[in-house]
This record gives sequence, C-alpha cells and structure tokens, in this order.
Amino acid sequence: MGDLFNRLLGREKKSAQQAKERLKLVLNYDRAALNPGKIDLLKDELIDVISRHIDVDPSAVRIEMAQDGRQQRLIAEIPINPSDRRRRR
Amino acid sequence: MVAKVVTITSGKGGVGKTTATANLGAAFASQGFKVVCIDADIGLRNLDVVLGLENRIVYDLVDVVEGRCRLRQAMIRDKRLPELYLIPAAQTRDKSAISPSDMVRLCNDLRGECDWIMIDSPAGIERGFHNAIAPADIVVVITNPEVSAVRDADRIIGLVEAEEKGPARLVINRVKPEMVRREDMISPDDIIDLLAIELIGIIPEDEAVTLSTNRGVPISLDGKSQAGQAFHNISLRLRGEDVPFLDIQEQGNIIEKLTRFIRSGGD
Repeated sequence: MGDLFNRLLGREKKSAQQAKERLKLVLNYDRAALNPGKIDLLKDELIDVISRHIDVDPSAVRIEMAQDGRQQRLIAEIPINPSDRRRRR
Repeated sequence: MVAKVVTITSGKGGVGKTTATANLGAAFASQGFKVVCIDADIGLRNLDVVLGLENRIVYDLVDVVEGRCRLRQAMIRDKRLPELYLIPAAQTRDKSAISPSDMVRLCNDLRGECDWIMIDSPAGIERGFHNAIAPADIVVVITNPEVSAVRDADRIIGLVEAEEKGPARLVINRVKPEMVRREDMISPDDIIDLLAIELIGIIPEDEAVTLSTNRGVPISLDGKSQAGQAFHNISLRLRGEDVPFLDIQEQGNIIEKLTRFIRSGGD
C-alpha cells in the first residue's frame, strides 16, 4: 500500500538510493562473515542469557550492525525493565 | 631502476581489469617508462589481444616458471611504444601451474630492469588471485557502479588487507554520468563511502574503449577520449602526483546545468 501510494505521488525511491542501502546491509554482513538470518538467532540467545540475570523487555531488544570506516561493530540495545514499575504491578 | 609492482584485481569478472592493465601500462610507457605487463590469468588470457600482441606469442609465463625459456624470451615488445613489454599467460594450463612464490621470484628478477610491472589478475578469489597479488607493491581494485561488482570489490579489499597488501586503491570503471545524474546509478561518492578506501580513478563509459579493444590499440594513447584521459590521470596518481578528478558530471549544456543548479536550491 505504502509503496503504491509513494509511486503514485512520484516519490518512489531512486534506484541508486536503493542500491546503496542494499549494499550497505550486504557489506556489513559480508565483512562480519555472518549470514543475516543468524542475527535473529543471536538475538534470541542473548535475550535468554541476559534475562537470567536482568529483567528485560524481549520485544524492545534491537541488534544492529554498524560500520565505522572498514571496521564493523555489533550494537545491541537492550532496554531494562525498571524494578519499581515491576513492584507496582 | 627499481620497479613498482602494481596488481589490478576485482573479484568479479568483466569489470575492466585487463583493459585497465593494458591502458595503465601503455600510459606509463608513453611517459617514457619501461613497463612489463604480466597476464596472470592462466587459461583465459586476454591481455595479449587487448594490447594487440596476440600474433607474436612464442613463450608464456608458465614456460618461464617451468624453465623452458629465459625470462627475456617470453617478453614481447610492443613496437608502437619505446619500452612496453608483455609476458603472456599460458592458454592451455590452469592457475595451479604457478604459485605465489613463483610470481614473487619472477617479479624480483624483473624489478632491476624496468620501472613498472603491471599484473592483470584473474577474476575470483582463489589461487590465481593469490598468484597475482603476491608480488604487488600496490593493489588496485577496479569495480563498476553496480551492486554485484561493489560487493565483490569489498570482499577483495578485505582479502588484500588480510594478505598485508593493503590498503588497496580504488578505480571505478564504466560510470555513466547521465544515469548518476538521474540517480539511477550509484555515484562514485556513494561507492567510496561504502568501500572506505582511497579513490584513484573514475573512468566514464566510453564507446572508444570498445573501438580500441577491437583494434588492439590502447586507448590511453588517444588523448582525445575521456576514458583515455582518465587512464592517463590514474597513471599520474600512481606516480604520486595530485591530479584533480575529471568532472564527468559537469558535461551537458548550459540549460541542463542551470536546471540542476536551480533544483539543488542554488547551493
């Protein structure tokens, strides 16, 4: 739907932009020698391990690959549930 | 004389390795340097035809390595230029016929008697690639403004670094300014951004390249063609000169330029 809407308004992303975005992702995974699907596995395992010690919200966990020159970094954002809120419930 | 060894590689096939090797070699030779071009693509040789020397081959790279001839005997001299030589690849053997240390030894034998050794790497990341980069002082990675070619270039850049031959330098070949302008082709800026290595050349798509390979006459000898000029500039940058990049974007008439200026908000 959104795609169609954008296309009708002539707002479809230019193909060069699409190429760049796709390449950015592909290069991130290639450089880390990681298949993209593996990130979800890693995320589940991380949540498992961390929740044993800290109360986290699994649905809010984000794991991303970031690029810094030719250096790759794995960035995990894991919001912790506040302990007082838990008590109130 | 102590030659610099330059290897041109890409990962992906068909992006312009052989054309670049031939034209950079010819550019150096036209500047008065003594140049030896080596075709490391054993089994799929083509540097001979691009240079127009295919009919003069007697001995090849494998003959030298296996001791069937002396190095000098395998060096074909290009008669159009004062000192441009080709050591052709063998056509009936495969990459395993030589090893990286064979290439290092061969280049060391040549270093004392020429200024530039230009090696045309085969596509791929296997033995042939390792043979080609083993003796390199400078590795030039060539790519096209396409997703597949840029991805392979990135892989190669990583491998070159792993072999401690980096940082590789980048040449972007077959750029179509008109498509870049329409944002339908990845721009050189975007490619540099993604690959994060030093750019040493942008070669525009140019019909004159096809004509030159048809004839077997390097295009870098033709000062009028855009691609020839681009190769010439790359050769100067490899010599360490600071040459401004050709503004291939800024072609077009005054109305086009004006429209672009207005659309960009005048900045």
